[in-house]
Amino acid sequence: MDQFIEQIVTGLSIGSILLLVALGLSIIYGSMGIINLAHGEFVMLGAYAAWVFHTYLGLGLLASLVPIFLVVAAFGWVIERFVLSLLNNRPLDTILATWGVGIMLQQAVRLMVGSELRYVQLPPALSDSMDVFGIPVSSYRVFLFVVSIALFGATWLLMNRTTVGMKLRAIIQDRSVAASFGINAKRVYALTFAYGAGLAGLAGALVSPLKSVSPDMGTGYVVDAFMVVVLGGVQSLAGTVASAFILGELSGGIAFLQNDTVAKAIVLLAIVVLIRFRPEGLFTARVRA
Amino acid sequence: MSISRRTLLRNTAALGAFAGAGLPHIWIKNADLAYAAGGEIKVGVLFSLTGTTAIIEESLNKATLLAIEEINAAGGIKGSKIVPIVEDPASDPATFSEKARKLVVGDKCVSVFGSYTSASRKAVLPVFERQNNLYWYPTLYEGRECSKNVIYTGAVPNQQQDEFVPWLVKKFGKKFYLIGSNYIYPKEENNYCKKLLEKLGGEVVAEEYVPLGHSEFSSVINKIRSTQPNVIFSTVVGDSVVALHRQYKAAGLDPEKMPMASLTTSENEVAAMGGEAAAGHFTSAPYFMVHKSPENEKFVEAYKKRWGADKVTHFVSEACYFQTYLFKQAVEKLATSDITPPNIRDAVKGQSMIAPQGKVQIEPENLHTWLWPKIAQAKSNGQFEILVEAKEWLKPVPYAAYPGQSCTEKGLVEKS
Repeated sequence: MDQFIEQIVTGLSIGSILLLVALGLSIIYGSMGIINLAHGEFVMLGAYAAWVFHTYLGLGLLASLVPIFLVVAAFGWVIERFVLSLLNNRPLDTILATWGVGIMLQQAVRLMVGSELRYVQLPPALSDSMDVFGIPVSSYRVFLFVVSIALFGATWLLMNRTTVGMKLRAIIQDRSVAASFGINAKRVYALTFAYGAGLAGLAGALVSPLKSVSPDMGTGYVVDAFMVVVLGGVQSLAGTVASAFILGELSGGIAFLQNDTVAKAIVLLAIVVLIRFRPEGLFTARVRA
Repeated sequence: MSISRRTLLRNTAALGAFAGAGLPHIWIKNADLAYAAGGEIKVGVLFSLTGTTAIIEESLNKATLLAIEEINAAGGIKGSKIVPIVEDPASDPATFSEKARKLVVGDKCVSVFGSYTSASRKAVLPVFERQNNLYWYPTLYEGRECSKNVIYTGAVPNQQQDEFVPWLVKKFGKKFYLIGSNYIYPKEENNYCKKLLEKLGGEVVAEEYVPLGHSEFSSVINKIRSTQPNVIFSTVVGDSVVALHRQYKAAGLDPEKMPMASLTTSENEVAAMGGEAAAGHFTSAPYFMVHKSPENEKFVEAYKKRWGADKVTHFVSEACYFQTYLFKQAVEKLATSDITPPNIRDAVKGQSMIAPQGKVQIEPENLHTWLWPKIAQAKSNGQFEILVEAKEWLKPVPYAAYPGQSCTEKGLVEKS
């Protein structure tokens, strides 16, 4: 029984990391319909930003979270404004463009700071483990769980309770009609993309003390993030949350019973099969056509 | 101008005649066989500067270049300069093979220093065997290979484990948890480890492989908690090493009771995971940066001076460094006109030198290297403390796990 609870808690932790990484993509892909292959590189930029703030400015990880969000969001804004907004309604070109941007970001980081692994310190206050239902769990993992839920809450409020969110939802439903009501679609798109990028940056900074920081770390995360969003259903924030935790429990559980190699293969297979029968994902927001 | 058929034919014929007479070496194979021409000896340097393993291979590139620069500054090899031709194989085995062919056939390098992963070594092997050239491989690896065209200067399983495993059993106990990345190197190392444990009456509570680049170890840590091994024997590689150590630490496990014993964690990985996550765990290797010897002090100082004070040296970059010197010694024995890859191979057999780790020697039988196994414990300052040093150097036995087979000068021999 203990082991069962332990495994559930582990799954929640893996799920919260997936959610953290996928949330930004869920906004960009789910809401704007942009397949952003540079998402992993935004995650990587966030991790490097954490390293830079720590090494050169002596800022701890927690203190630098807000600046990291702003820096990576600014990056996202620039890329939306000067690359993607020029490719409106050309989805294939957008995929290629974001892929290219991703490669350029990777190489730029490699050229500027070198390709060795970088070190981001675990916040000392969170470096112990604590008891959750009688199971010792790393405090930092608990912290990540709380943060990911909080970020989800903030994003949900932003989308559903603010004017910007309302405008975005209007644009998603019909861009030309929304524009004729005086909504500046360009501006809203740029802001949304920046917000998604900023979230990805935060995710990178937050996972960096548990994992490693290298120029090509994004490649793994972008795959994870797409799996979560596709499984959860495009345009459904709640679906993203549910699918992140489903995937977390599933891969954690199979990894415990078998091993991580098998877990990865089975989870991927399950998603492929599911997409075959439910192309819209598990959860879909009903939108009037 | 219009070109008639007649002019075209005439011109083509003239061009053909010129090419045949004027550029004869295009047609005569191996006309330009002199490897050491014009006071230059060309060698290839084939380490990835981009892609996944660039993280570590960059330092191998640097150590090799450092040695070459030092040799050239001290007058080169009998007056000839070593000219390194650096290629970036981008962590991709197919590119490794393509670049190796370019270095050997196109640039006519007399030797190539390269590779970190076994996959990339296996990919270039056919090139060197077909062209009868020479590849210098600095990485510790899984053994079970016997090529006349590779000089192996890293440790093979017997050189990393023969001291290490009995020491771990004696100090911590007999229950081992084997964890590695999912490819050939960890599987062969674990294969050998299991053989040693069988002899020592040890027990393997789990043997598990994670995908390359894996970074989520919570389920592994749960399994470690539930099986309670005495030792976690790790052959996880690359950035996974960093993730495993950090998550082990974050989960509150105690290295004093359940240490990780690694064959792959070097100063490089420790710098990336931070000293506090590495502290208390063990690594077995022939070289550590803190090793005390005049040769090592010189090496570390030169490396830092050339590449930056925050840089570390480790057990693969040290091999890169000394193998370049062994190359020099071998070439020195040859007359300039005799400098060819097969002659260098014959000359390097039995060559020895005082490397940073101690005296090393190329075993004539299998072209592997006699090395000095050491066991060290990581400290929170990011360095190791050497606890055990072998009293004698250890012979390389690349087929240690396969008693029926051995590598000889004639090639692989099967004993029935």
